[in-house]
Amino acid sequence: MPGGAPAGGWTMYPPLVLQTGDAFPYLIFAIHFMGASSIAGAINIIATVFNMRAPGMTLMKLPLFVWTWIITAFLLIASIPVLAGAVTMLLTDKFFGTAFFSAAGGGDPVMFQHIFWFFGHPEVYILILPAFGIVSAIIPTFARKPLFGYGSMVYATGAIAFLSFIVWAHHMFTVGMPLAGELFFMYTTVLIAVPTGVKIFNWIATMWRGSMTFETPMLFALAFVVLFTIGGFSGLMLGVTPVDFQYHDTYFVVAHFHYVLVTGAVFALMAGAYFWLPKWTGHMYNETLGKWHFWLSTISVNVLFFPQHFLGLAGMPRRIPDYAVQFSDFNMVSSIGGFVYGASQILFVVVVVKCARGGEKATDEVWEGAQGLEWTLPSPPPFHSFTEAPDPSSITGGNR
Amino acid sequence: MRDTGTMSNTNADYYVPHSSHWPITATVAIFTMFIGGANFLNGGEVGVYILAIGLALFVYMLFGWFGTVIGESEAGTFNGQVDISFRMGMVWFIFSEVMFFAAFFGALYYARMYSVPWLGGEGSGAATNQFLWPEFATAWPLLQLPEAYAFSTFKETIGAWGVPFYNTMILLTSGATCTWAHWGLKIGSRKHLIAGLSVTVALGIIFVIMQAVEYGHAYNELGLTLNSGIYGATFFLLTGFHGFHVTMGTIMLATILGRCIKGHFTHERHFGFEACAWYWHFVDVVWIGLFIFVYWI
Ligand SMILES: [Cu+2]
Repeated sequence: MPGGAPAGGWTMYPPLVLQTGDAFPYLIFAIHFMGASSIAGAINIIATVFNMRAPGMTLMKLPLFVWTWIITAFLLIASIPVLAGAVTMLLTDKFFGTAFFSAAGGGDPVMFQHIFWFFGHPEVYILILPAFGIVSAIIPTFARKPLFGYGSMVYATGAIAFLSFIVWAHHMFTVGMPLAGELFFMYTTVLIAVPTGVKIFNWIATMWRGSMTFETPMLFALAFVVLFTIGGFSGLMLGVTPVDFQYHDTYFVVAHFHYVLVTGAVFALMAGAYFWLPKWTGHMYNETLGKWHFWLSTISVNVLFFPQHFLGLAGMPRRIPDYAVQFSDFNMVSSIGGFVYGASQILFVVVVVKCARGGEKATDEVWEGAQGLEWTLPSPPPFHSFTEAPDPSSITGGNR
Repeated sequence: MRDTGTMSNTNADYYVPHSSHWPITATVAIFTMFIGGANFLNGGEVGVYILAIGLALFVYMLFGWFGTVIGESEAGTFNGQVDISFRMGMVWFIFSEVMFFAAFFGALYYARMYSVPWLGGEGSGAATNQFLWPEFATAWPLLQLPEAYAFSTFKETIGAWGVPFYNTMILLTSGATCTWAHWGLKIGSRKHLIAGLSVTVALGIIFVIMQAVEYGHAYNELGLTLNSGIYGATFFLLTGFHGFHVTMGTIMLATILGRCIKGHFTHERHFGFEACAWYWHFVDVVWIGLFIFVYWI
C-alpha cells in the first residue's frame, strides 16, 4: 500500500499517525470492525452467563474462568466504544478538517493519549483476566484441592476491573500533566498491586500441601505464576511516577509488558490449550513432547526478555532500530532467546496436530482432579454441548 | 432457573437456534463497506461503488436477519429465557453506545477545562502561549484559533434558545408519546398504540429535518463548519452522531409501527417495541446532555 504500514505503532498517536499513507483509513476501519465484533461477543457472553446458567449454578459457584470472562466482557463493552470514538476523531482530523488533536485549531494531541489509554489500560486486563481464569482452573485440578479463597478471587477480579478505568495516565507520566494528575494516577496504579497480590497468594495457597502432579498444563500454569509476578513487579516500578521518568519509553517497558503478556497471557493460553486439548479432540496429547515444549519455551523466553530489563535500565530506547553499540551484547543474547523461543513453538504445532489426528483415547473426566461441567461431557463433546440445562450437582466434588 | 416461561417450552430446555448464514453475510457486508469506504477516502475511483454494494448487502442483511427473528418470534419459537437474553443484549448494547458518546463528551470536557486554557497560558501552558501563540486568549466558544488562517472562521455559534430549544421540546414530547403508545399496547388498544407511535415517528422526522436546516444555517451563514477548530469539531461530531442515532431510532420505531399495523405484538409480549422505546429514550437523554453542554453552557 503506498505510504507503507501505519505510522505511530499500535498506539496510533497523532500527529505521527496522521502521516500514514493509504493504509490510514484501512487501519481505522479495521479497528471499528474488530470493535463491533468484540462488543457483540461481549454482549453474548453477558447474556449467556447471567441468563442461561444451569439450575442451582449460583453466581458464587461459577468456575473462576467464567467469572473472569464475564468481567472481561464488561471491560470490553465499556472500553471498546471509547476507542471507536478516538479513532473516529483521528479519521475526521485526517479527512474532514476537524482539529481534535491539532493545537493550531485549539485541540490537543495529548487528548488523544488520554482517550486512547482510557481504552488501553482496561484492554490489558481484557488480555490477562481470562488468563487468570485459566490458571485458576488448572492449579486446583493438579493440586487436587479446591481453589483457595474463591470469594476473594471473585472480588479481586472485580476490583482489578474497576481500578483499570482510573489508572490510564500511567502510560503518559512524562507528557506534561499537572502534578495532581501524576499523583492520582500513581496511587491508583500502585493500588492494583493489592488485588493482584491476593490472586497470586491464593494460587500459591491452593498448592500448599496439595498432592501435586506436573503435567504440561500445570507446568505452564506454574511458570505463569512465577513469571507473571516478575512482570507485575516491574509494572509496580513503572507505576511510580518519579522513577518512570527514567524508565519511560525504554526497553524496561518492553521487558515488563512481555513478561505480563507472553509469560503471562500466552503461557496461560498454552496451559489452557494443553488442559482442554483432550476434551476438544478426544485424544491425549503427547506428554513427552509437551514437556519439551514447556522447558524449551520457558528457558528461551527468559533468555529473550530478561536482558531487556538491563537494556532499559541502561537507557536503550524503545522503537529505535539503530541502537547505540554498547547495547549490542545484550541484544545478541535476547535475539538468540527469541529464535529458540520461536522455534520451540513448532513443537506446539506438532503436539496439536498429532493430538487432533489420534492418540490415546481421552476419558470424559480427562484429569483426575478435574472439576467443572465440561468434564461430565464425552470427549469430544457433542454438537451444542448441552441442549437442556445440566444438573451442576452431578459434578464430582463440586466447584469449590 | 427462575421461572419466566410463558410459552410451552420448559425452562430446562435451551432454545437451540438453527444454523444461519446471516452472521457471515453481515460480516461480508460490513467488510465490503469498509474496503469501499477506505478506497473512497484515499481518492480511489472504484471505492464509492464498492461502498454502495456493501451498503446494499448490509440493508439486505438487516431485512433478512430481523425478518427471520420477527418470523420466529411471531411463530412463538422463543421461550421466556430467550426473551431475557434479548433484553440483556439490548441493555448492554445501549450501554456501549453511552460509552461511545462518552468519548466525545470527554473530548469536549478536556478541551474546555484543560487544553484550551493551557493554550491560553494557564498552568503549565505558559511557555506554549508565550513562544508559540502569544496573541491567543482562552475563550469558549473558541472563535479565535491559535492559527486562524488554517481554519474556517466563524463569528457566531448556534444559540441554545432557538431551534435547539424547540428540538429539546420535540424530543421530550416524543419520549412521552412513545410511553403513551406503550400504555395503549399494554391495555390492548391498537388504535391508541398506532396513534402514539405515529406521532413519535413524526416528531423524530421533524427533529432530524430541523437539525439539517440548522446545519445548513451554520455552514452557509455562520461559517461554522467541521473545519472550525475544536469548537466545530466537537459541535458537529457530537450533534452529528446524535442526529445519526435519532435517524436510526426513527427507522426502528417506523419498523415497529409497521409491525403494529400488521397486528404483531400482544399486550404481554412485545419486546421488539420495548427495545426500540429504550433506544429512543437513550437518544433523548443524550440530547439533554448535548443541549446543556454543547448549546447552553
Ligand atoms: Cu496501563
